[in-house]
Amino acid sequence: MATEAIVTGGKRRLRGSPRNPYQGRKRPWLHTQRRWNLTGWTFLIPAAALIALMSFVPMIQALFLSFQTGRGSRLTWADPFWLNFERMMGDEIFKLTVFNTFFYLIIQVPIMLVLAMILANLLNDPKLKFKAFWRTVIFLPCAVSLVSYSLVFRTLFATDGFVNDTFMALGLMDQPVNWLGGGWTARFVIIIGLLWRWTGYNMIFFLAALQNVDYSTLEAARVDGASSLKTFWFVTVPQLRPMIVLTAIMSINGTLQLFDESWSLTNGGPAYQSMSMSHYLYELSFLKNPNVGYGAAISYVILIMVAVLAFIQMKVGDKRD
Amino acid sequence: MTSATSSTRTRGRFSWRRVPGYAFLSLFALFSIFPLFFMVVSATNTTKDVLASRLLPGTHLVENFMSLFGAQDVGAAMLSSALIAIGTTVLALAVCSVAGYGFEVYHSRGKDIVMAIIMLAMMIPFAAVMIPLFRLFADVGMVNSLFAVIIPAISTPLLILLFRQASRSFPHEIIEAARIDGLRELSIFIRIYAPTMKSTFAAAAVITFMTSWNNFLWPRVILLDNAVQTMPMLIANLTAGYVTDYGVLMLAVLLTSLPTIIVFLVLQRAFAQGITGAIK
Repeated sequence: MATEAIVTGGKRRLRGSPRNPYQGRKRPWLHTQRRWNLTGWTFLIPAAALIALMSFVPMIQALFLSFQTGRGSRLTWADPFWLNFERMMGDEIFKLTVFNTFFYLIIQVPIMLVLAMILANLLNDPKLKFKAFWRTVIFLPCAVSLVSYSLVFRTLFATDGFVNDTFMALGLMDQPVNWLGGGWTARFVIIIGLLWRWTGYNMIFFLAALQNVDYSTLEAARVDGASSLKTFWFVTVPQLRPMIVLTAIMSINGTLQLFDESWSLTNGGPAYQSMSMSHYLYELSFLKNPNVGYGAAISYVILIMVAVLAFIQMKVGDKRD
Repeated sequence: MTSATSSTRTRGRFSWRRVPGYAFLSLFALFSIFPLFFMVVSATNTTKDVLASRLLPGTHLVENFMSLFGAQDVGAAMLSSALIAIGTTVLALAVCSVAGYGFEVYHSRGKDIVMAIIMLAMMIPFAAVMIPLFRLFADVGMVNSLFAVIIPAISTPLLILLFRQASRSFPHEIIEAARIDGLRELSIFIRIYAPTMKSTFAAAAVITFMTSWNNFLWPRVILLDNAVQTMPMLIANLTAGYVTDYGVLMLAVLLTSLPTIIVFLVLQRAFAQGITGAIK
């Protein structure tokens, strides 16, 4: 960023400020400079203030809340003050929801990003026919709301639903599987749903990044006799690295906050076996007999997980060969 | 025979090397489109036909409509959703475009710091701010208010980033020329920058409209009265009863999905351009 600043005569000049709009006349240098700077701030302040008020202030309030205890709106400071965090250590349901969320993360995100990259690479082929058609169809799931698609998948995977009917007609199964009634099968359905909903979304980002891949490097690899698979892996993928980091961070962040699918597709069931952390947090803080202090403590653990994973991602992505 | 003619000849010809690519694309396209096809078809069938995996359009659409509109106030939910989505989109575009532009054009070190802090907000999961936000809006008496849904969604780091990146490719000579012509700073933004950045605005509008229309968790937390519930909330409640009518459910899901699908299809080209322009 600093490299973009143009330095003139020891003074740092604002981008976009005129070289000398007052040619021949005396120019009110400092005056206009300061005015433009102020204009810039007034442009930036509404957005910055809203983010401060809607993200940072609540984040700090949540930290204070996480050291408080009590039901409803009657809160007192916890004694000892780490009470909520101690309770979390022994909370088997919380541990199960952490396991579920990380299970979705570890299985789904890599498969999705690889699929998205392959699809983007195929769509980027200049000789591909019906390009707009493929792109539209593959992106279309992203236009559907999470609750909507969850309910469609719930219908498809119902015990007497389409998936069981098809598998049985094909002779792959003898009797219907109760997909949403078993822990592992319910998790599997959520992963299939996530892949369906988000692969096209990430593909769009890779497709945009591929526009910046130097075409001559691909030509050079082809001339050198590299197969298309090798070209993809050794030439295209390294150039996509910044985008891989961005999509990975977005996906990790999204998966750690998974709520809608857990709520509408499996309702967390059976017996919390497919429930996500956010779903548990919602149940704790807003349903039945809310315990917002404990909820805030859990929300802080989610925050720290997101921050740590994002940090690792950025470190890995920063590494140069 | 020159190489040019031989290459034009092979271009039109069938090549085995392309088969795996097309096969993979076709399979994935089928995977992508099938649940949507199932949703559309099932909306016209009875619940019995849906569970019998009927994949042909039925004649039950009108009946499904009647029972859905008879049981639920779909009109009110559509209105809530529309007001929230349109309100959020208009305000978010106004606030974030100005911020991204202001940051890039009147660049200074102080703004760099503010920007870095804004980007940090991208890492804050919504779950972590949800409880205090609810308490904040409850304190000012905005539970059940549509503004309580709109306000937290107006300023997002992603949109500011999108507009900042897009502003980089905007030629600064134009701004200088406009200044010499005596245009005021805000008029430069409105009359020159905004019209030339249509595709960025379109991409931002698509993203914001979809996110806001589809948002579920926060409206569920803050909108406690069924009179102001949104479409995703309405359809999530449809499965709460003892017996789910799958035909009606799929119709409701279809109605919920149509606005975002239409917005995407209409603005698709500009959306792709806007995203590409921002990443360059």
